[in-house]
Amino acid sequence: MPKLTIDGIEVDVEAGLTVLQACESIGIEIPRFCYHERLTIAGNCRMCLVEMERAPKPVASCAMPVGEGMVITTNSPAVKKMRQGVMELLLINHPLDCPICDQGGECDLQDQAVGYGLDRSRFMEDKRSVKDKTFGPLIRAMMTRCIHCTRCIRFSTEIAGVPEMGATGRGEHMEVGTYIEKALTSELSGNMIDLCPVGALTSNPYAFNARPWELKKTESIDVMDAVGAAIRVDTKGPEVMRVLPRLNEDVNEEWISDKTRFACDGLKRQRLDTPYVRRDGKLEAASWDEAFAAISAKVKDMDGSKFAAIVGDMACAESMTALKDLTEALGSRNIECRQDGAKLDASCRGAYLFNSTIAGIEEADACLIIGSNPRVEAPIINARLRKRYLMGGFPAAMIGENVDLTFSCENLGAGTDTLKEIAAGKHAFSKILKKAERPMLILGQGALMRSDGAAVLAMARQIAEDNGMISDDWNGFNVLHTAAARVGGLDLGLVSGGVDSILDGCSSGAIDTVYLLGADEIDTDKLGNAFVIYQGHHGDVGAHRADVILPGAAYTEKNATYVNTEGRVQRARLAVFPIGEAREDWTIIRALSGVLGLTLPYDNLDQVRQRMLDINPVFGGDDQQTGGAWGDFGKAGSLDGGGFASPIINFHMTDPISRASETMAQCVEALLGEDKGKTGTDG
Amino acid sequence: MLKDSDRIFQNLYGLKDTSLAGAKAIGDWKDTKKLIAKGREWLVDEVKASGLRGRGGAGFGTGMKWSFMPKETGGRPVFLTINADEGEPGTCKDREIMRNEPHKLVEGALLAAAAVGACAAYVYVRGEFLREAEALQRAIDEAYDAGLIGKNSCGAGIDFDMYVHLGAGAYICGEESALIESLEGKKGQPRLKPPFPANVGLYGCPTTVNNVESIAVVPAILRRGAKWFASIGRENNTGTKLFCISGHVNNPCTVEEAMGVGMRELIETHAGGVRGGWDNLLAVIPGGSSVPMMPKALCENAIMDFDGLREHGSGLGTAAVMVMDKSTDVVKAIARLSRFYAHESCGQCTPCREGTGWMSRMMQRMVTGDMTIDEIDMLQEVTKQIEGQTICALGDAAAWPIQGLIRHFRPEIERRINDRQSSGTGRAA
Repeated sequence: MPKLTIDGIEVDVEAGLTVLQACESIGIEIPRFCYHERLTIAGNCRMCLVEMERAPKPVASCAMPVGEGMVITTNSPAVKKMRQGVMELLLINHPLDCPICDQGGECDLQDQAVGYGLDRSRFMEDKRSVKDKTFGPLIRAMMTRCIHCTRCIRFSTEIAGVPEMGATGRGEHMEVGTYIEKALTSELSGNMIDLCPVGALTSNPYAFNARPWELKKTESIDVMDAVGAAIRVDTKGPEVMRVLPRLNEDVNEEWISDKTRFACDGLKRQRLDTPYVRRDGKLEAASWDEAFAAISAKVKDMDGSKFAAIVGDMACAESMTALKDLTEALGSRNIECRQDGAKLDASCRGAYLFNSTIAGIEEADACLIIGSNPRVEAPIINARLRKRYLMGGFPAAMIGENVDLTFSCENLGAGTDTLKEIAAGKHAFSKILKKAERPMLILGQGALMRSDGAAVLAMARQIAEDNGMISDDWNGFNVLHTAAARVGGLDLGLVSGGVDSILDGCSSGAIDTVYLLGADEIDTDKLGNAFVIYQGHHGDVGAHRADVILPGAAYTEKNATYVNTEGRVQRARLAVFPIGEAREDWTIIRALSGVLGLTLPYDNLDQVRQRMLDINPVFGGDDQQTGGAWGDFGKAGSLDGGGFASPIINFHMTDPISRASETMAQCVEALLGEDKGKTGTDG
Repeated sequence: MLKDSDRIFQNLYGLKDTSLAGAKAIGDWKDTKKLIAKGREWLVDEVKASGLRGRGGAGFGTGMKWSFMPKETGGRPVFLTINADEGEPGTCKDREIMRNEPHKLVEGALLAAAAVGACAAYVYVRGEFLREAEALQRAIDEAYDAGLIGKNSCGAGIDFDMYVHLGAGAYICGEESALIESLEGKKGQPRLKPPFPANVGLYGCPTTVNNVESIAVVPAILRRGAKWFASIGRENNTGTKLFCISGHVNNPCTVEEAMGVGMRELIETHAGGVRGGWDNLLAVIPGGSSVPMMPKALCENAIMDFDGLREHGSGLGTAAVMVMDKSTDVVKAIARLSRFYAHESCGQCTPCREGTGWMSRMMQRMVTGDMTIDEIDMLQEVTKQIEGQTICALGDAAAWPIQGLIRHFRPEIERRINDRQSSGTGRAA
């Protein structure tokens, strides 16, 4: 452990740290712009210069590794002068447009100018300006404000793995951009907005909408995919203004996907704000009483076995618990959370979790991806895989569609034939798996949604067991979910004969009434003549088919529990109140149970959560990943031919919120839209 | 004055045959095998003992630099990179070597590679030097054909390859780490140090970067002995050096002279003296555009070597002597240099990116006196905000000429400002 002296204080620090980190460890703050702990060191802003004894020049503390006996000075007049000098140089070409800049109030340059800026400008020349650039619908670029810290370039090259950003030109004419003007294609591009220390890259949808000090900040959890990224929901009055990442080293570090960040404008559109009842074939707005009465008229005294419930992708554990209890009270066992038809096995928890955990990916030393495209199904997990890949010694291969995962991942084949070879240990990649100490596999929903999904699951289990993925201190068997509600649903045991048997029952008339809890990803044509109750927050597929609509709350509007793909129990928190007549979901079901005379035994959130805990003790942990038991799951059987396909075709539109989002629609148009022939009358 | 027998570059002006046969006739490639056979230690020690200081401008001991190369590399190859990106305004020595004495460079590269354990040398040639690159390539081809380099070079049991790479003409690519970046195919921007190229250089492997002239004199040093080389010039400033004399002299030339030659002697003996006589001299930039200028008074007794010029607040740099007579608009001359640095700044780090443009614009105004007296001090302060605070030395190089101008010609600057003020078109203070 090198010992160094910083401002007269002797300090022992770990070898390999930089002087800047050593300073921080004793509470000395060093101003910086280009340095970021998750990116490589650029050392180009020169704001962090400090004096070092025996060095002829000041040194950039962010780039200087600590050494034994170093004597560092950070508080001398000379250092202050250097910082003032760099600050002056940064500001000479920076526009004075803070009043109209969205970064105002959360701008590193602004903040540090308070500490090191001069009170007047000595720069009498013309300021540089840069022609506006377009980076696509998500990021608003004002490159005149750019201070060339290159954080965005380093992020796109290193973390996102999509090297679209770079610098062109030299000296004053250096410009950061995309070389050729185009929309950024990374699923993580929005993080560059957070990284940008100035207002060069700001959020386009959020532009000119609010100032940071006007916003109420609520810490919550994302439900756009099954990762459960930690987010902060910023609200102004009743409106969600933006979503930002929160630090969670175990899950998302400090990144979130673009869908997580930008789909929040979907919360304002196509919302169900009042109950509806279908009368004479037309949905009409109604009161809660009328809606409950309509349900009651249908369900009361009905044969319980004719009732079924399907749970959607964004349902919280509280509402699922209530619906499970209501379904059982009605005398039915037909409640199903696997609305995509995946043949997930709920018999033991290890069968459906991302057992290695997301952070655990960094310990793995080989990876096999089966029927999954993590880049679109869970961009955060993909970024973690890439991070592991960059550390070196991480052979990775995939079976399924040949997609670019931003890291080297060999495509072994399209489907079951290759899987069989690996299971038989005959494939060349089997040797790599066998040799690895901590191999992992990722099993995607694309492999389980097929009719032979149970056999694929069993084979994947066999591969895991045969290749040393399961041991006392390591479980490399990972199921990658695409829905935030799924693991919670499986933990609550919302498994019946599968969604197909319910839909078949509807078609044949065996099932008479279906309760859709935010289930929009099903084939509603197959609902036949069944009476459909839809509870949810958006007027999406399910609501269109409904006979009664009960307006629920979106994830930003309720205190709710979600379990992510790792099995981590996390809480979303109410940031704004549900819109109009809408209510928090579990309370709706609780109220309905009262109307039906089957009153559920809980009156407040604590009691619901106690009930969840009774069903499954994993719900006791808050932000805690609980490992799953291993067992003999899956059902060995014959495999069909054919390749695996990821369930997500369009990353930007996977759920009712993102489908309602204008921003996401713009992304789809910018990235996937074909070149439409202009008619000459378009705008 | 340097004796003809001590001259290393016998064919600097290309008057003799430049091919392999011609090179051999003037002593190149003589007993190279024996020199290599003396071993790595001997080669490095001999160059160290000769006192050879890098000829690219910074003047770092070449032998010392070689001795930093790791002996154990953990399986990584070692590279020699030769900097032929001669971009310093006023400098034209490396191109003469490549044109007319390319075999000295090839042989020097082989010996240097043997000294540092390098398997290959990359010569990064300035993009504009197309003909020079061709001449060098010809020499390399001849050497390959003669078995002097390549597998079992000179029969000495070492494998050595040599490649010529043409740059695209950016000044900054003459900085060693920017050169490495450019050679790797990236944007030419200097790297942060540490790590130094000796540990992490080209493609992450140990690399030593030397100037063309430093490498080209190595065979002569090894053949004639470190003692001989060290006997020329002064202590710590030994050997011969190519001086490039340009500007207001009667006979601009590149000439090999002993280190420590007097500036006046150099100009008058080799360049035919200052145009209009010594008394017509205004100032000299003695080491390429990056070093501060010296007014006539200082030139009188200046000694042309690293330490001699440092005493006068300037530097030897690349030994590109730019002579300015009294007809020169000295402010305009420095303003032109400022514009050069603003144009060539890579834009990576803040002080240089923002500061060179600012200084250049102020210098443009200074030419016509369109500034206030206070702004002279401010400009001086801005140069101090850049000097020493950048990643590479370009920031220093941009600051020093302006500092030199203000130091020596402040009355001239003030005169211009006052003239403009009194004409009624000047700036208000």
